[in-house]
Amino acid sequence: MITQIPVCRYDQLIPGRGVAVLLPDGTQAAVFRTAADELYAVGNLDPATGAYVISRGLTGSRGGVPTVASPMLKHVYELVSGRCVDGPAGPDPSHRLPTFPVLREDDLVYVLDDPAIPRDENAFELDDAARDGGS
Amino acid sequence: MRILIVGYGMVGHRCASALSEFAAQRAADEPPVDIAVLSKEARPAYDRVHLTSLFNGSTDADLTYDDPPGVEVVLGEEAVALDREARIVTGSSGTTYAYDVLVLATGSRPFVPPVPGHDLPGCFVYRTVEDVDAIKEYAQGRRVGAVVGGGLLGLEAAGALSSLGLDTHVIEFAPRLMPLQVDDAGGMALRQRITDLGVTIHAGTRTEAVHAGGDGAAAEMLLAAGHDPSDQRTLPVEMVVFAAGVRPWDTLGREFGLELGERGGIRVDAHCLTSDPHVYAIGECAQAMDGRVYGLVAPGYSMAETTARHILGQDSTPFRGADLSTKLKLMGVDVASFGDAFGTTPGALSTLYSDESQGLYKKLVVTEDGRLLGGILVGDASAYDLLKPLAGTDTALPGDPIQLLLPAADGAAGATLGVGSLPDSATICSCHNVSKGTLLEAVRSEGCATVGALKSCTKAGTGCGSCVPMLGKILDSAGVEQSTALCPHFPQTRAELYEIVLVRGIDSYARLIAEHGAEGAHPEGCEICKPAVASILASLAGRLGGPKHILSGEQAALQDTNDHFLANLQKNGTYSVVPRIPGGEITPEKLIVIGEVARDFGLYTKITGGQRIDLFGARVEQLPAIWRRLVDAGFESGHAYGKALRTVKSCVGSTWCRYGVQDAVSLAIELELRYRGLRSPHKIKAAVSGCARECAEAQGKDIGVIATEHGWNLYVSGNGGFSPRHADLFAKDLGKEELIRAIDRFLMFYIRTAERLERTSVWMERIEGGLEHVREVVLEDKLGLGEELDALMAGHVSAYADEWRAAIEDPETLRRFVSFVNAPETPDPSIEFTTEREQIKPLLRIGRRTDRTGEEAKDLVNAG
Ligand code: SRM
Ligand SMILES: Cc1cc2nc3c(=O)[nH]c(=O)nc-3n(C[C@H](O)[C@H](O)[C@H](O)COP(=O)(O)OP(=O)(O)OC[C@H]3O[C@@H](n4cnc5c(N)ncnc54)[C@H](O)[C@@H]3O)c2cc1C
Ligand code: SF4
Ligand code: FES
Repeated sequence: MITQIPVCRYDQLIPGRGVAVLLPDGTQAAVFRTAADELYAVGNLDPATGAYVISRGLTGSRGGVPTVASPMLKHVYELVSGRCVDGPAGPDPSHRLPTFPVLREDDLVYVLDDPAIPRDENAFELDDAARDGGS
Repeated sequence: MRILIVGYGMVGHRCASALSEFAAQRAADEPPVDIAVLSKEARPAYDRVHLTSLFNGSTDADLTYDDPPGVEVVLGEEAVALDREARIVTGSSGTTYAYDVLVLATGSRPFVPPVPGHDLPGCFVYRTVEDVDAIKEYAQGRRVGAVVGGGLLGLEAAGALSSLGLDTHVIEFAPRLMPLQVDDAGGMALRQRITDLGVTIHAGTRTEAVHAGGDGAAAEMLLAAGHDPSDQRTLPVEMVVFAAGVRPWDTLGREFGLELGERGGIRVDAHCLTSDPHVYAIGECAQAMDGRVYGLVAPGYSMAETTARHILGQDSTPFRGADLSTKLKLMGVDVASFGDAFGTTPGALSTLYSDESQGLYKKLVVTEDGRLLGGILVGDASAYDLLKPLAGTDTALPGDPIQLLLPAADGAAGATLGVGSLPDSATICSCHNVSKGTLLEAVRSEGCATVGALKSCTKAGTGCGSCVPMLGKILDSAGVEQSTALCPHFPQTRAELYEIVLVRGIDSYARLIAEHGAEGAHPEGCEICKPAVASILASLAGRLGGPKHILSGEQAALQDTNDHFLANLQKNGTYSVVPRIPGGEITPEKLIVIGEVARDFGLYTKITGGQRIDLFGARVEQLPAIWRRLVDAGFESGHAYGKALRTVKSCVGSTWCRYGVQDAVSLAIELELRYRGLRSPHKIKAAVSGCARECAEAQGKDIGVIATEHGWNLYVSGNGGFSPRHADLFAKDLGKEELIRAIDRFLMFYIRTAERLERTSVWMERIEGGLEHVREVVLEDKLGLGEELDALMAGHVSAYADEWRAAIEDPETLRRFVSFVNAPETPDPSIEFTTEREQIKPLLRIGRRTDRTGEEAKDLVNAG
């Protein structure tokens, strides 16, 4: 079943930066608004280090295709395909980010979560407190 | 095969390195090679050519060479006896060393004219690190020194004495300075330059005696005009350095029956073999087959290479003699002489250019049909690199010789001479005898596209290094594009972008890329140009319409990820917090606040290498709350996350320390408060020490200040990190105002001209003209930039505001400090800790991939 997860208001997104989104199953997505005002969503887990930080990377472009550079070891991923197209040792096919459909309705932004989208194995079980938004 | 090298100077070291390298390449079935070296000096081999730098802030560690792998080095062991029959060398310790092949590399000994009083206390020679130490120590508190000898060595020594603050006299027997390298007119120009530097020259006269004073030490020198002993006069001196030449140290050859040259030196053939087929001699102790004893290092290196190859049965280039061309910088004055400098070839014609007012003298010697034979350059030797390889070749000079000598009028004249005009046979690297043709071949068939690749492919540039600039020019001439573009989005260098932003007053990235970006550049830019431009905009904030927070407006999108959260990202996605602690001074109250904050937020606490405290393990959403507490207690951002001023370390200084001569802490705090928040091409670190004991390690910092009795000595461009660099002494005994102005200008000039992620150390090595040029700009205002640099710094100082205080006071900025935009209250569940030594430690589920090598990691850690 595909679910539509509310992210935030569109004007909360800074062109050229990303935000992290908590998905119901405890995994995370990173949503970006590029300088050209396009929206993209990829997995938030940095495959090279295992930290959830992709949303804090800088957007850019490689050959005209929008990218994000992981803040950790500077691997560069295409936002459309999730492929690793550059990095400390060049492109790395063993690293790939999952991608999610994003949509904007009125002033709100959503990601579409589809269980068919491959996840990293170590999603974290949310405890109830976290799910309720308190701590 | 047992190879024994006697003498571990520059040439012995080179020979050992070459042997070690070639031996490692030998096939497994070839007999193994044992290499041992005996060194009379009780220290590892070092760069003697740069001995004088020990007077300008370098340490002996800077000059020391690494021992080549697999070579047994015996320090402090002089070879005293040689049994050529049994092939055994006996050392001064009594130990014996058997050999199959012996290489003598015993160098030279200083020549001291046997005048009365030459061995009084206060008389020195100039050859070793120990000589330097002795001269330095004796010079303390003394005011007048004399150097006997006005050649290369004498002027080196004179430079050393005057850098110690002594009134310096040079006594030269010949009528001019450097008689071996330059002609009369060149000597005049050199003399004028050196005299301008405050050194007194006595040429055409000689030292007859050194007289002792009441304390039995040298106090007076008796001089006689060259040829008339009756024309005597005395010169009061407190110390004397003999630098009147060297004599080959051929004792082993002399005493144990090797053939010698008429004027000394162990005679060798083209393979550097002596009269004994088991014994080679190389470097300054050898007389080459052309009858010469070479007193320069490059011919010695060639001999070392020839010998190493010959010993191991490889093809070797015979050593028949070498070129005496030299290019030197003596007391900051360029002197070069090459080829047939004196025009002794029959039919030789000379073209001269001289400008006495500038202390410039240039001469080219050419044949009647316009081929270059040699030349002399005094005052400006910039043309040397291109002229020298042309000398003695069949290539006609590209144009009228005088055009090549005239100072470039807007670059026009200089342009007639390029590497393109050199024939393929021209030698570019004399140390390794690499021709232009060989280099071009490496570009064509080996695909060498960078200076580094050319070096490893051909060895050119790996000796004295003087030909390295030429390697870049050869690449250019071969059409290899060495791109200086910042990234695909901007064709300019960072320094050029800085100028554009400054001159045009451009205050946004969007405008810069639209107006000056590469054709068709994607407006998104990339992770390279965005932070670089953000840094330029921040450096110039004072100029571009007043203070602006680095997270306001468009700037928020440009900042590197650490700057974006005003904190340093750690491996598990948490951040570290580093409050500024200027000069490392902190009150107990503030220390307690840091402790309480760390305890209340459960942070890992560590004292950093920068004299402050780092709190690790904060989640994004905790940062504002942590900083609210810190700001309330009077702390501010320490910019540990920025390419900006980090810390100004200090020692406790004269306030407490019994040795301190100035108040190091107060100055460090003042400097830290002045430059805090200054965005720059890379991080900037500084330190202030209260005396020469240097407890703050200022000479390892971008800006280092060391107290003296009279004020402060300023050091610049030191570095720790990957490639440590000892800072250069920039100016001495400055008052505080002068010091601050010099630092202001230095930093602003660096920020203006450096490339992205270029520390001041690398910048200093790269920038044309090096230290001397930067000194001229900063201290003498040669480019007329001084006032502008001052104004830019004043702009920075007045625009400074604490980034964290501003951030926590702005709700719009605060909203970004959440782990999840759709669940602002939820902490990131992926962040987990274990405990170690009673503090937290990140727990990583996946962990860093183990296939990352250290080498890669090096390119990666530019986050902070
Ligand atoms: C915390 C600290 C280590 C410690 O526990 O003591 C540290 C930690 C880091 N250093 Fe450092 N360095 C620290 C003192 C030093 C020193 C010593 C000093 O400053 O006296 C040096 C050598 C001196 C020098 O820089 O010349 C040093 C040379 C480096 C380098 C190599 C720089 C170079 O020019 O080669 C890097 C890598 C880089 O900047 O590209 C680096 C990078 C880093 C980074 C930013 C790596 C990263 O991206 O995660 C670390 C992040 C700090 C953080 O998260 O807060 N750190 N680092 C020290 C913080 C000092 C402070 O108070 O600000
Ligand atoms: C201040 C100064 C500046 C110079 N500037 C330049 C320059 O700009 N350009 C240039 O080309 N050259 C320059 N030179 C000359 C250059 O340093 C020499 O050409 C070079 O060092 C010669 O190398 P070497 O190995 O033959 O001799 P050395 O470097 O003198 O080494 C010989 C070593 O052998 C040791 N030794 C001697 N006898 C024995 C023994 N019996 N047993 C064991 N060890 C022994 C000696 O102690 C010494 O350490 C300069 C020299 C000085 C002093
Ligand atoms: S550098 Fe000097 S003043 Fe400072 S602590 Fe060391 S000895 Fe004392
Ligand atoms: S000339 Fe010395 S390294 Fe090339």
